[in-house]
Formats: sequence, C-alpha cells, structure tokens
Amino acid sequence: MVEKVVTVKNRAGIHARPAGMIVTLANKFESQIFIEKENDKINAKSIMGLITLGVLCNTPIKISANGTDEQQAVDALALLIDNRFEE
Amino acid sequence: MPRSFTVLDLLDLDLKDHNALQLVCLAGRKGLTRTITQPDINRPGLALSGFFEDFNARRIQLFGNGETSYLKQLSQKDHWEDIEKFFSQQIPCCIFSNGYRPEEKFLQITEKYGCPVLASDLNSSDFTVRIIRALDDVFAPQKTIHGVFVEVSGLGVLIRGDSGVGKSEAALELIERGHRLVCDDAVDIRCVSGNTLLGKPVNPALGHHLEVRGIGIINVAQLFGVAAIQFQKEIEMVMELELWDPSKEYERLGTKDKTAEILGVKLPLMQIPVKPGRNIAIIIETAVMNHRLKKMGIHSAQEFHENVIQWLESENARNVYLRKTKGVNTQ
Repeated sequence: MVEKVVTVKNRAGIHARPAGMIVTLANKFESQIFIEKENDKINAKSIMGLITLGVLCNTPIKISANGTDEQQAVDALALLIDNRFEE
Repeated sequence: MPRSFTVLDLLDLDLKDHNALQLVCLAGRKGLTRTITQPDINRPGLALSGFFEDFNARRIQLFGNGETSYLKQLSQKDHWEDIEKFFSQQIPCCIFSNGYRPEEKFLQITEKYGCPVLASDLNSSDFTVRIIRALDDVFAPQKTIHGVFVEVSGLGVLIRGDSGVGKSEAALELIERGHRLVCDDAVDIRCVSGNTLLGKPVNPALGHHLEVRGIGIINVAQLFGVAAIQFQKEIEMVMELELWDPSKEYERLGTKDKTAEILGVKLPLMQIPVKPGRNIAIIIETAVMNHRLKKMGIHSAQEFHENVIQWLESENARNVYLRKTKGVNTQ
C-alpha cells in the first residue's frame, strides 16, 4: 500500500478533462488505485466517481494504490496532478 | 458526518413536502455559522426561568407554546436578566414553532449575543418529528462506496465489482428493461436508525449520468425519461460482479446465504461471475425476484432440496417394500 498527498493546482480543479486523463492513466496500472478527498474515497479508475468527488483548486487529495505496481501508479498520478494536467 | 453542520446548513437543507421544516431566519444572522453538534432538540422551559443545572446548551433550543407564553409574561414585566444569561451560553440557535414571532427586545438580545433566531409555521410536535428525522439523516454514519446503485423491481440493489467488469453496462440493460438508476460509480451511503442503509448520488446535480465504455457519459434521465431514475433508495441487496475465475467455486445450489457488511449493517450478498455471453442484467433481475420470494417465505433452493430428500426417502421405502413383497411371492 503506497499513499501520497498532492494538491490540485490547476484553476478549474478536476473537471471532466483532467478526470478523463487520470482515469486513462490509472487504467494502465494493475493495482487498485483510490483517490480520497476528506471522507470520500473513490476508485481512480472510474470517471464518474472522480468528477462527483468535486475536487477544487488548492484541494489536497490522497492517492493510494495497492498491488504489484503501486509505487509507479502513485508516482505517475502525482506527477500528472503536479503538472496541472498539462493545462 | 463529513463536515461541521452549521445553522446555515440547517436552513439550506433541501427537504420537500412532508419533510419540509419551513424555517426562516428572524435575527442573529452573524451567528449562522455556529455549528450544530447534537442531533436533538431541547425545550428550554426551565432554563428560561433561571434554572441552568443540567441545561443542555449545545442542542437546538425549541420555543413552543409554553416558552412563548412565558416570554410574553417576561416582556410585560420587562424582566430580561434570565434571557440574557440564557443567550450568554453558546447555544447553536433557537427556533420558534407555531409561527410565533418574538418581541423586538428579545431579538435585540439575541443579536447582541450573535445567536440565530429561526421560526417555523409548523406546530411543535410536527416540527420536532421532522427536525429529528432530518438531523438523524445528517448525523448518520456515512460512507462513499464505489459501485452502481439501481432499483430493480422496487428493491435497491448495489452492484459492486472492479472497474471495467461491466457494472455500468449491466445497469444500462436494467434501465432498458424498465428498472431505475439511482447513481453510477460513487454511492453516498448513510446508515439511519442503526439498521437501514440509504443510498443516493454523492452530488445530486451530477447524478443520473452513466459512463459506458465506448460511448462516454450519458444522461439517463434525458435518454430514458424520469421514470428511469430514482433519487434515493434503501439498499437491500449487494451484487458482486467479478471476472469468471475457473479455479474458484461458485454457488451452484443457492442453499447457503452469504452476507455483506456495510457500516455495520448486514445485507444479502450474491457473487456473480461475469463471462462473455452471460446476461448479467437478467441474472440480477432473477436474483432479486428470488430474494423477494425468500422474503415471502418461499426458498426455492431449500424447497427443492427438501423435495429431493422426500422423494429419495419415499423411493427407498418403496424399494424396501417391493423387495419384501417379492420375497413373500417367491416363497
């Protein structure tokens, strides 16, 4: 189990397009990946869950992964979020 | 409870018809950010008369007929010390029922202490029932679960399983067959009165959308009409979809009942292996019907088992009898 807290920095937060990018990236890994905001924890491989999480700009979120490629998965997702989804 | 629940949130609660609290704010707007920490109300009769022992200041204070009559008497005597003392405690808010509007002097005191004053046109007993029900819901243990929540033949079914196993597709086919979608992917689950799980979309504004691989996000309410959606439903059954694993044993008879536990509540669980060519929607539909039969006292698998035993026993008895009579004949 690997965990990392990152802050979403792009202005619009996680809307449809970033959510799509996260899901596409998450699906490349075999591990189970979750994203957590406050008390809500959702599966990072599901786009509707990610959008309904309602992550705004400057919100800290916790990425956690469990599986064979957990470290790579968390690193890749954290990098994507840190890079502001190439916005 | 995820965030702190303030008086403003109480005013904002979106409750309809026989749940509506009909609240308006009369004074003390700067106190609307005070948090409500206890899901209960207090009738402050004794405290108003100056008796503060065991006074539960952290509850919402409800002023009904008795309290308002007493306030009228106080205002005639122009006697406000106990009221000042009352509001110097950090009470979250006070609410007047029966549409009563307090005196100007009373409102001035509450303004001074920054305590919000709300009023409702409902009578005290109706209001108490409604607010306790509403607060119970707000303070209920809550959890967000990954899954698709559908209503099948009136029964709330939570479909769980790994991403990509075909939950949304199963839901789509169920909708097509006349059942209803409550929400896709993220289900907000609340445990009310300790034994009932209520599921609804995490975000009502974004609910009733379904993501189908290859098509994208679709709006179920617009595509299939409002009859195809439901806003909230009790969860009564859990279906777990998983890819068919040849090395795993699946239930063949259905005589053993499995359960899943969510927020401490046990629900009937069914594990359904997914394989191309298996129509999951029909399997879910059948499982729901079977569950309803069980609730009516008809347990198909068990009855079948009992019939088999009975038949075997009678067959055995017949054979024994035949053997005996044969023995008699040959003699």
